[in-house]
Amino acid sequence: MIYREAGDFSTTYPQDSQTFPIKFDRYRYYVVLAFAFLVVPFLINDYWANAILLPFLIYAIAAIGLNILTGYCGQVSLGTGGFMAVGAYACYKLMTAFPDVSMFIHVILAGFITAAVGVVFGLPSLRIKGFYLAVATLAAQFFLVWLFNRVSWFYNYSASGQINAPERDTFGILITGPNATAWATYLFCLIFCTASAIIARNLTRGTLGRSWMAIRDMDIAAEIIGVNPLKAKLTAFAVSSFFVGISGALFFAIYLGAVEVGEVFGITKSFLVLFMVIIGGLGSVFGSFAGAAFLVLLPVALKVVGADMLGWPTDIVAHFQLVIVGALIIFFLIVEPHGLAQLWRLAKEKLRLWPFPH
Amino acid sequence: MLDASEGYTTADGRKIGGVVMEMKNITLRFGGVTAITDISFDIREGEIRAIIGPNGAGKSSMLNVISGFYVPQEGEVWFRGAKRPQMKPYEVARQGIARTFQNIALFEGMSVLDNVMTGRLTHMKTGLLSQAIWKGKAEEEETANREVAEKVIDFLEIQHIRKTPVSRLPYGLKKRVELARALAAEPKLLLLDEPMAGMNVEEKEDMSRFILDVNDEFGTTIALIEHDMGVVMDLSDRVVVMDYGKKIGDGSPDEVRNNQDVIDAYLGVAHD
Repeated sequence: MIYREAGDFSTTYPQDSQTFPIKFDRYRYYVVLAFAFLVVPFLINDYWANAILLPFLIYAIAAIGLNILTGYCGQVSLGTGGFMAVGAYACYKLMTAFPDVSMFIHVILAGFITAAVGVVFGLPSLRIKGFYLAVATLAAQFFLVWLFNRVSWFYNYSASGQINAPERDTFGILITGPNATAWATYLFCLIFCTASAIIARNLTRGTLGRSWMAIRDMDIAAEIIGVNPLKAKLTAFAVSSFFVGISGALFFAIYLGAVEVGEVFGITKSFLVLFMVIIGGLGSVFGSFAGAAFLVLLPVALKVVGADMLGWPTDIVAHFQLVIVGALIIFFLIVEPHGLAQLWRLAKEKLRLWPFPH
Repeated sequence: MLDASEGYTTADGRKIGGVVMEMKNITLRFGGVTAITDISFDIREGEIRAIIGPNGAGKSSMLNVISGFYVPQEGEVWFRGAKRPQMKPYEVARQGIARTFQNIALFEGMSVLDNVMTGRLTHMKTGLLSQAIWKGKAEEEETANREVAEKVIDFLEIQHIRKTPVSRLPYGLKKRVELARALAAEPKLLLLDEPMAGMNVEEKEDMSRFILDVNDEFGTTIALIEHDMGVVMDLSDRVVVMDYGKKIGDGSPDEVRNNQDVIDAYLGVAHD
């Protein structure tokens, strides 16, 4: 067996509460990080960056954000697309208003602006739950898209109503606009993605995460144990929107370069991220990555297999993708509501005992 | 009646201190229904106080008043020598009142350890930013509180299920985990709503032992609701008896047992 936890003892509480208490997992995590940061930038080309890696990293950030709200705090949100739009437009306004400031600052500020907007739209969650809250966030989705379409200040009065990312750099390296190199954009997104995952993990394993999960599992008991529901829910909305805002900013500035709000950040985007969270696994940071990878890779894989290898017409392949995603959503909701992450956990548990399950 | 500042000594020689919590003329109505009518009683430092009564007597409503879920229409709640203003349940928890529920109210999606750690929430103060960084302040606080939680886990003998999700546990253990969660808060007053409901004799004996040990070792003041008369009479120092929302008896188990109103309430009385 390659997977060993025997002889791996935690002797202190910090050791026990670290993200990867098992040595093997920990080293694998370091190897993956080293590979992503040190090797991939040298191998990457435009196709890999634009078709797979950038959307994967950016959607992973969005999925982490939604997972904090829905998976950890139990507040269903259909407004992810709208909040991504807030991040994108905030980033655009900042980029055009302060061209000399580093993109790092712009993206982080866009996150904070989205967090503030998220808190405002999170206020109804104090009174309503479940489906009703989902409908309230749906209102946020449509309102925000309408707002960015109608108020021309947001797109700097451009004739097309689109926003276009001007060329901006950070530390002298160009990362937005058509002349940005693949490795630079990739690294920029990777840094944000890694930081988001680490922060999300730290928040969810500590006090705040426990109060979110307490609210999710039983709000009455949570209150009796000393959780302020107002504070717990609004911090969940704030942190979640912060990540979603960052992903929106990256999606616009780094990945697409030009955005028409209704097309890119519409209700389908909200559903896509929600599907990632459901398929990947509610209440798991790893699940956010798994879900994002799955839904980014699925169309690519289908295109390679269906259109390139089997020679099917592309429209059939595209429809086929919808059918598969729909079936998978139903499958996961019924069979494994905790998604790929839970399947992975179960597989590990089974493998531990294999081949003698008793 | 006992003086508020002075305590008394129990039959088994424990010293009971002054009044921790005092309910003064509590009346609670739901629309036209009066659940509690003009009830007063006190809970003293270090004692085990039982609230008993037939079904629908208003015992759980009383507990809900103490823990801040219900706001009584009349009457005052005094806690540790001060009148308590109207509070939300989480503010009551921060004052040092913890409780368990009649129907288990654990966080099913979390492990036993995480459930017990939620009991420490009122003691944990680090802000969002230091938690996001984790290393340093947040980790230190986590470790310090983990030690307290582990002590409680040790005490209630649930070490072996520490990392198990609560949803996989049998009923008796869930009850114990819920007690652990309440204890982890290091409450000044612990409210137990039917801690032995649905248990067999052996489990009841275990639970009784734990309740006595908690009182003995941590000196925790306990108020409990229970239907098993044997348990109540054995465990408690003083008993309040309620019937139809009114107080019909208050005193030591022996006094209550010989109170005619209590006997009538439990055994029924001939209407002639």
